[in-house]
Amino acid sequence: MVMEALARLGRSGLAALAGVGRAHMLLAAAIAGLPELLPRPRLLLAQIYNIGVLSVLIIAVSGLFVGMVLGLQGYYVLNQFGAAESLGVMVAASLVRELGPVVTALLVAGRAGSALTAEIGLMKATEQLSALEMMAVNPVRRVLTPRFFGGCLAMPLLAAMFSALGVLGGWFVGVGLLGVDDGAFWSQMQAKLDFRGDVVNGVIKSLVFGVVVTWIALFQGYDATPTAAGVSRATTRSVVHAALAVLGLDFILTALMFGD
Amino acid sequence: MGNGVPDHPATTASSPEPPAAATAGGAEPLVRVRGLHFSRGDTVVFDGVDMDIPRGAVTAIMGPSGTGKTTLLKLISGQLRPQAGSIEVDGLDVHRLGLQDLYRLRTRMGMLFQSGALLDDLTVFENVAFPLREHGRLPPSLLRRLVLMKLQAVGLRGAADLLPAQLSGGMARRAALARAIALDPMMVMYDEPFTGQDPISMGVLVSLVHQLNDAGGLSSIIVSHDVPETLGIADHVYVIASGRILCSGPPAAVSTHADPRVRQFLDGAPDGPVHFHYPAAPLAEELLAVGRRRRW
Repeated sequence: MVMEALARLGRSGLAALAGVGRAHMLLAAAIAGLPELLPRPRLLLAQIYNIGVLSVLIIAVSGLFVGMVLGLQGYYVLNQFGAAESLGVMVAASLVRELGPVVTALLVAGRAGSALTAEIGLMKATEQLSALEMMAVNPVRRVLTPRFFGGCLAMPLLAAMFSALGVLGGWFVGVGLLGVDDGAFWSQMQAKLDFRGDVVNGVIKSLVFGVVVTWIALFQGYDATPTAAGVSRATTRSVVHAALAVLGLDFILTALMFGD
Repeated sequence: MGNGVPDHPATTASSPEPPAAATAGGAEPLVRVRGLHFSRGDTVVFDGVDMDIPRGAVTAIMGPSGTGKTTLLKLISGQLRPQAGSIEVDGLDVHRLGLQDLYRLRTRMGMLFQSGALLDDLTVFENVAFPLREHGRLPPSLLRRLVLMKLQAVGLRGAADLLPAQLSGGMARRAALARAIALDPMMVMYDEPFTGQDPISMGVLVSLVHQLNDAGGLSSIIVSHDVPETLGIADHVYVIASGRILCSGPPAAVSTHADPRVRQFLDGAPDGPVHFHYPAAPLAEELLAVGRRRRW
């Protein structure tokens, strides 16, 4: 009984390790396709459109509301200490350092990542990937590489948009509704927010999240069992694994970037 | 019929001679399979199979569902790797080729998938143009002419602007066939081309396979369990089951073969060497066991 349980545990561990190995090999193969992608920018632009442009609405609306909530909550706390004029820097720092990259990555994993997994999984289930192989076209380079780089490039742009609209949402609530001084809101933000320490680090975070979310989505689709249930499970795994990876990596990156 | 493959009595798995098609006419076969062993987990799919696919002929590989017919096509095309044995296509050992050489060989092999496997975000025209665009830099006007000619050959020139989702099953397979022959391959492999087709679509597909093989100078491998349609166009037939070749030879010889397993397959008998019931304990024993479990 105990031996059987240990054997099951061992088999699961080996399967998980094999999965990690396959995922890394797929990542290497997708990146190796970059030289073939560069002369065909249309393939990349199509994926930036699919992953980025089609996510703009959910990112814009979410960014606006997150910024508005930050404005409200920040005002109530700061006002108790007579520091309501610092609302601008609080909203902007929260968004640029943390909420922009993290929430954008979670939203992209839910909207575009799941779509990528389902698309690749269905292409596998309907033998489209095998058909590419039989046409002497490398499916990883033709299908996965443009999606991978499309996702990597779209994520920082979407995170920037999220943060910008969040700041506007915070301004609308703080300045427009709660009476915080307009000049203080913007000038404190400009003075206290460090371009390298805050903005660049936020961009680096969103780039890392872009790589991880797109990689997980593509791998789950490519590795999916080619059945309806298999694609469904892969899509769920894609979102769950991406969310956990983003939150875990965010802690590590924050500790590295902002720790003393 | 009879594209270089003269009538020949059917051989059985126990025959000491090489496969019938290998000796027919003495020409070098297009595909040569030797000692093929392939397993999935504990399931043995092929257990030492030897097979020769002649050039310029329609070769049918038949057998009940689940006997590894599609797997054999994937092995021939290098999508799967055998545990032992070799497969040569046009003199090249498929599983010893590097990726670039394998892809070069695949440009000379077309494959019609059971589902069609059309790229569903591209129109029929773009699907057929896809391999031409990927493997060459043809001027747009020439590419358009080539694609329209391929579509004309399968009767779908008028459907060039439709998406795969707008096609019927038979039309999708014809469009996929046009794509499979886009690069003018030396051979086309058909995976269950007639399955699930209405009589009209089936007739169209049978006629297309025959015409393409004869007029296009192709070699064709058809994997199928549709007995009359396949025997009607094949020059040479292999019947496989249980990981081995049960018999091979010209359709006339195979269709009169005496092996009970071949007879059951060709006659469509519900019971015989392949049992109707999946192996299980006797029904009474199992029912009583259920009763006992319930009492517990």
